[in-house]
Amino acid sequence: MKIEGKVWKFGDNVDTDLIIPAKFLNVSDKDKLAKNCFAYLRPDFINTINHGDIIVAGENFGYGSSREHAPLAIKSAGISVIVAESFARIFYRNAFNIGLPILESEEAYLSIREGDQVSVDLSTGEIEDKDISKIFFARPIPDFMREIVDAGGLVEYIKKKGLTDDRCV
Amino acid sequence: MSMTITEKILARHANVDQVLPGDLIDVNVDMALANDITAPLAIKVFKEIGTHSVFDPEKIALIPDHFVPNKDIESAEQAKVMREFAYQHQIKHYYEIGQSGIEHVILPDKGLVIPGDLVIGADSHTCTYGALGAFSTGVGSTDLGVIMATGKTWLKVPPTIKLNYEGNLLPWVEGKDLILYTLHELGINGANYHALEFSGTVIKGLSMAQRFTMANMAVEAGAKNGIIEPDEITLAYVAQRSSRSPFVCTTDPDADYEKVIEIGVDKIEPQIAFPHSPDNVRPLSQVGNITLDQVFIGSCTNGRLEDLRKAAMILKGRTVANGTRLIVIPGSQLIYGEAIKEGIIQTLIDAGAVIGPPSCGPCLGGHLGVLAESERALSTSNRNFIGRMGHPKSEVYLASPVVAAASAILGRIGSPDEI
Repeated sequence: MKIEGKVWKFGDNVDTDLIIPAKFLNVSDKDKLAKNCFAYLRPDFINTINHGDIIVAGENFGYGSSREHAPLAIKSAGISVIVAESFARIFYRNAFNIGLPILESEEAYLSIREGDQVSVDLSTGEIEDKDISKIFFARPIPDFMREIVDAGGLVEYIKKKGLTDDRCV
Repeated sequence: MSMTITEKILARHANVDQVLPGDLIDVNVDMALANDITAPLAIKVFKEIGTHSVFDPEKIALIPDHFVPNKDIESAEQAKVMREFAYQHQIKHYYEIGQSGIEHVILPDKGLVIPGDLVIGADSHTCTYGALGAFSTGVGSTDLGVIMATGKTWLKVPPTIKLNYEGNLLPWVEGKDLILYTLHELGINGANYHALEFSGTVIKGLSMAQRFTMANMAVEAGAKNGIIEPDEITLAYVAQRSSRSPFVCTTDPDADYEKVIEIGVDKIEPQIAFPHSPDNVRPLSQVGNITLDQVFIGSCTNGRLEDLRKAAMILKGRTVANGTRLIVIPGSQLIYGEAIKEGIIQTLIDAGAVIGPPSCGPCLGGHLGVLAESERALSTSNRNFIGRMGHPKSEVYLASPVVAAASAILGRIGSPDEI
């Protein structure tokens, strides 16, 4: 699957309170969460971006709380994929579970600039920056996590596989 | 083959003899936990999966603690979703406000976690229970929803970093200072995906309350879990609270650690984390003049009876500085009651503290003590990210309860020796 969009660039250690401050966690509705995505860091993010745009970030993206509201807010705001140097553990798991693709590449983070037009091939991990004409390769996603993303998230994956699958029972 | 304590607990719950760092394993969960913020999403997932019953109504804990007593209509609706689910599925460990408190304070206090258990919670500070010699870690709501249905989850076995604390503690130095110092050494991603094993004679000398404080903040270094080998102190704590027999295990002498870090504690002063990161830590003597609008004593890090007792000892016969507000929140209803019996609450009130209902309080900036623009707070909680306790231009400093109490009297960050 190939995704193409404009890049919104973030630095290192973007924490979950920056992605969505806790005062907005009094709801679980994904569209309401999306409205407050990056409320302090990039106010009105949802109306700034186009559907399908891409986030490129530094190391330890999603550091902090376990709130799944964070990747949900990003996905619902319209972001199609996050490419970061690295992800915090719980955010990484949550993103796959809700079907938000994420890839790790230090080189891509160092070279890609805010506003660049970038395409990402999830099946090969190929990341192409069309403005600087460079191609990067992300660390491959483990096979079984790819299956979760391809299914659209853990719930869909389980529905497909059934609760008797020995990985998910 | 030899294993660390973390590996032994994981192997036991995966029904295998041996696990190695990097192995992907399926594990049985002894306790699954969620709160009023994370449970509604997990319940939605549970319903979407299409199962009709939870895997075991006695092995799920649903705790209203983040936005309670409910702060607005939306949070009341969230709490209602959790309450109705708890009643419908006869969840044994649902505790309504009035018998509840902060999840990570009440689960150990009610004897719901014992050594050797495997606990998964939809809250990053689930790592707190490692202080009991249990494996515990935080996940998101989808993972938790699946666990509520199946009682199982997958985990990657983490490599272990051992932290060995030796020497003698200086006056006023406690578990909170040791973990803040450690975060400074490791950095906020220094233990990503790792187990942190706290050990050494200093740890063996710490009370359970201080051990909980240390394990609680393992996640601040990115760790999957923090863990302390059970000893007499752990077993005495558990024996008073649970009738289950614990699976007591320790790390084999020749087990493989990825790294061993020796920490000499002799010169460690009380530590302060500066904005906006828990690893931005300085010793108290190098803080300078930082005046305070608010001081908060409480949270899953430092809201236990021992913490309130120490704060009261400092505040007894003294008053909070003009221009500074002191908020104290007992970690549970039980602790609140004990603190009243011991006279702690009277001492705090006489000093000018306001006492909040047992809950997470202002720690996450949504309720009961939110900061205004450019206000500055000292907190005994675990995170001081931008906007964590309120306005994005407010500042949060982290410290221990004794330093917090002294600072409330001084109106600036300072030592108990200065009062």
